[in-house]
Amino acid sequence: MLEKLQLYFAYDFVKFALVVGVLVALCAALLGVTLVLKRYSMIGDGLSHMAFGAMTVAMLFSIAPIYLTLPVTVLSAVLLLRGGGKLKGDAAVAMLSVSSLAMGYLLLNIFKSKSANLSGDVCAILFGSTSILTLKRSDVILCAALAAVVIFVYIFFYNKIFAVTFDESFARATGTKASMYNTLLAIITAVVIVLSMNLVGALLISALIVFPALCGMRLFKSFRGVIISAAIISVCCALAGILISILYGTPVGSTIVAADLAVFLVCVIIDLCKGGRKA
Amino acid sequence: MELLRLTDVSVGYEGKPVATGLSLTLQEGDYLCIVGENGAGKSTLMKTLLNLRAPLSGSIVFSDAIARNEIGYLPQQTLVQRDFPATVWEVVISGCLNRSGLRPFYTKAQKETAQQWLEKLDMASLKKRSYRALSGGQQQRVLLARALCATKKLLVLDEPVAGLDPIVTADLYALIQRINREDGITIIMVSHDIGAALQYATHILQVSGDNNFFGTVEEYRQSALGSLFLGKAGEGHA
Repeated sequence: MLEKLQLYFAYDFVKFALVVGVLVALCAALLGVTLVLKRYSMIGDGLSHMAFGAMTVAMLFSIAPIYLTLPVTVLSAVLLLRGGGKLKGDAAVAMLSVSSLAMGYLLLNIFKSKSANLSGDVCAILFGSTSILTLKRSDVILCAALAAVVIFVYIFFYNKIFAVTFDESFARATGTKASMYNTLLAIITAVVIVLSMNLVGALLISALIVFPALCGMRLFKSFRGVIISAAIISVCCALAGILISILYGTPVGSTIVAADLAVFLVCVIIDLCKGGRKA
Repeated sequence: MELLRLTDVSVGYEGKPVATGLSLTLQEGDYLCIVGENGAGKSTLMKTLLNLRAPLSGSIVFSDAIARNEIGYLPQQTLVQRDFPATVWEVVISGCLNRSGLRPFYTKAQKETAQQWLEKLDMASLKKRSYRALSGGQQQRVLLARALCATKKLLVLDEPVAGLDPIVTADLYALIQRINREDGITIIMVSHDIGAALQYATHILQVSGDNNFFGTVEEYRQSALGSLFLGKAGEGHA
């Protein structure tokens, strides 16, 4: 087994996959804690569907997807998350995300019907299947740079993010520019989602955002503890998922999500053994 | 010294006024209770004072003695906070944020301020406890400490005793009175509890349609509107 891993590690694409996986998992976990606590767990799902729509358009015009998906997703995120985020909340997210999913698939079918591997392409976008193992060096550099920006922003504004998450009206009333930080959060959320699409695909992104946060909340009582544990859990699950998928040839995205689910169940059991959460 | 002056202010939602013709002046060290029936516009007025929404008309002028980021606020608890993973310390010190500017971390002075308020409110021993595991009264004290970290001058409270039992309620009122008297912090409290308002406040603002009252507690007792409202409140309790 070790030999097999050594053999794989000789290849650049495997190293790239690991680097990207770790960075994306880390970012998703950081953002995830805030999103879960703000009751925006499904925003990842919604935004990734919009990214899917943008991605199909990019494929039709043969542009590198990220140059189109990033701006579209950032714009959608800002519109949906800003202003208290209650743009008739759920319904707006559901409507926009389903529309772009449907339109994207429709466009692909109409204009690319002769492409032999249409369902393969779609499957890759939705479930991320093997795309992480076909990353190019330039993709990795872009991904690493964006991830670094997200992490830096999160650490730099950590205390403000806490305040805006815990009690937005207090923050606003006492003179913190809450709407500015909400917009900032929306933008980095969108960036994280576009990055995550490479790793787990559009349909599985929510797992990357939600699971680490839920695990952390089971184990720790302080905000900082939750953030740090979520980041560590997320990175470990991503590493484990990628390695298992290399060894046994399973799809990367689903394997990572399965690892997240397993860790979450362990956390639930630990929490129950400790006597459960006090109300 | 004058802190706040409202002149013929109307507040409301989406252009529809809820309360109109509100005027008052507040001096430093005053203790104002805003009373009125449900839906009269008390909370709307408070949100307008806090700059969470704009007044429909009239003017709200804070004196030069107080800046926008020098107001402390004790909001009602939200659903999000019920199961929020945070320690008492994390919540309290977040009150210092409004004067942090772009600085990413808290200064030593800010940490000392937070520690002092924790001690003053008898919460220092709970510093590392989980906020969501505290009792309702303890949570309210934590939020009060946070509000006090945000101000040296003016504290705005939104029905601070809602949902608390009588003993905890009395404690909290006594605490707010001490903060008002000993630390010289001006208080604006939205309240349903007219009895406590008359006992602790120096001034009363009654919001009721276009027939408002503002004055000292003594004037309020003698006013026609006040005796009417007090009579009604008395009946309600009987």
